[in-house]
Amino acid sequence: MQSESFVVKQDINKVSLWKSTKPLLGRLDIEITERCNNNCIHCCINLPADDADVKERELSAAEIKSILKEAASLQCIEVRFTGGEPLLREDFEEVYIFARRLGLKVLLFTNATLITPHLAGLFAHTPPLKKIEVTVYGMKKSSYESVTRVKGSFESAWQGIHLLMERKIPFVVKGALLPANKNEIGEFETWAATIPGMDKPPTHSMFFDLRCRRDDGEKNRLIEKLRMPAQEGLSVLTRREDNYVKAMKEFCPKFMRPAGDRLFSCGSGKGSGCVDAYGKFQPCLLLRHPDCAYDLRGGNLRDALGNFFPKMRERKATDPEYIAKCARCFLKGLCEQCPAKSWTEHGTLDTPVEYLCAIAHTQARFLGLLKKDEKAWEIKDWQERIQGLAKGRHGYESKSRA
Amino acid sequence: MKVKAEPENVYKPAEDNVVAREIQGEFILVPIVSGIGDMEDEIFSLNETGKAVWSKLDGKQSLKDIAKALALDYDGPDGVIEDDGVGIAQELLKRKMLVEVKRK
Repeated sequence: MQSESFVVKQDINKVSLWKSTKPLLGRLDIEITERCNNNCIHCCINLPADDADVKERELSAAEIKSILKEAASLQCIEVRFTGGEPLLREDFEEVYIFARRLGLKVLLFTNATLITPHLAGLFAHTPPLKKIEVTVYGMKKSSYESVTRVKGSFESAWQGIHLLMERKIPFVVKGALLPANKNEIGEFETWAATIPGMDKPPTHSMFFDLRCRRDDGEKNRLIEKLRMPAQEGLSVLTRREDNYVKAMKEFCPKFMRPAGDRLFSCGSGKGSGCVDAYGKFQPCLLLRHPDCAYDLRGGNLRDALGNFFPKMRERKATDPEYIAKCARCFLKGLCEQCPAKSWTEHGTLDTPVEYLCAIAHTQARFLGLLKKDEKAWEIKDWQERIQGLAKGRHGYESKSRA
Repeated sequence: MKVKAEPENVYKPAEDNVVAREIQGEFILVPIVSGIGDMEDEIFSLNETGKAVWSKLDGKQSLKDIAKALALDYDGPDGVIEDDGVGIAQELLKRKMLVEVKRK
């Protein structure tokens, strides 16, 4: 027998529980509803909160519990509840407690508007074991509500945030940079730094996704107008220039290389996946292409992860433009081109997305990986360039030198 | 209030407070209620001894009985297995992961 330290505290984010092989499922996302009580101008998924037909089609609490039970049996350790607004579900508490009692950590994405004293009490008593993530759409009523388009949502969100603070429930905030609130970024970050759970500055979404159901052309045109142009996005990313460059020096050698014609070069569908509100299991939240969705109402997670996703991940690109550009482009990794983005933009899995290409090229030029007018897929000495960045040999267009 | 584990006492997992899971051979205890871990991301793992003792904490056997049963499978000088069992129970009690079962 051993006599020393019988019980050891572990930070699950720093310790891998999967020593040799990864489990079939480590983390599961469940989008428990697409409905939302906000109506954000840039949202890629939201449906009206009171849509009875949609509500009727959603997974029942019993179905969600059955999925959670199977996930835990597959050694899943964490489930993310997202939406829509997950707290809109009347059975949220039931599902949440069930997940926690299975020994799952819960990551909750919310706008905080529906956090009541009762729910705050629940989170205080039965902690999610992950910081709740709250998206904040503005620091002022006018900016906030011009994004959410719901009167009173600003007060409701702040009330929810204050409840989390009062009950000392760990949470982080993140932003969405839109014309109405982008001049508040400094005020937002100063406030965010006062939140005990924030150990780094908040993230901001600004390169918005189009409707992932491909259900609203008019909304897509609005989202396109709201997206931050690549150069302006770069100026946001490089506000803390030293931090950005340091992160890129580590990121680029690890993750950037041409992916060839293999479509799925990310890890989606390998040890993780996303269940939509109606029981379709997808490799990631955005990818709603019918060829990539497995119906859990007629199957199970094990079959999807063991058979359906591996076959799907073998798919190769066939689009000639993709083969000529994206397959040969060394900015893969920095560029977010992927089957999910191709799906939302073009309804295919392998059509290049110009907007993402512009964002990646703008960053690469800043980092000195590309010269003006160079196209990344034409570069032969890309490995040398990346190594140069990592070792500090290549100069980047420092703001101070520009 | 300071709690002390005693060899003659009977204990069982505090099922309302913690869930035990085995993941790839690692035996972990996931808190359900607050006040067990200090941080939001903490879980607890048991070493081999802890795992062996935990598996026998059924609310029926005393720590002494558990030590006797474990002595059939594990080598150890007299008294060490029992001391280990008490040590584990002490740590788990302190963390509210174990409750004492009062004998009738």
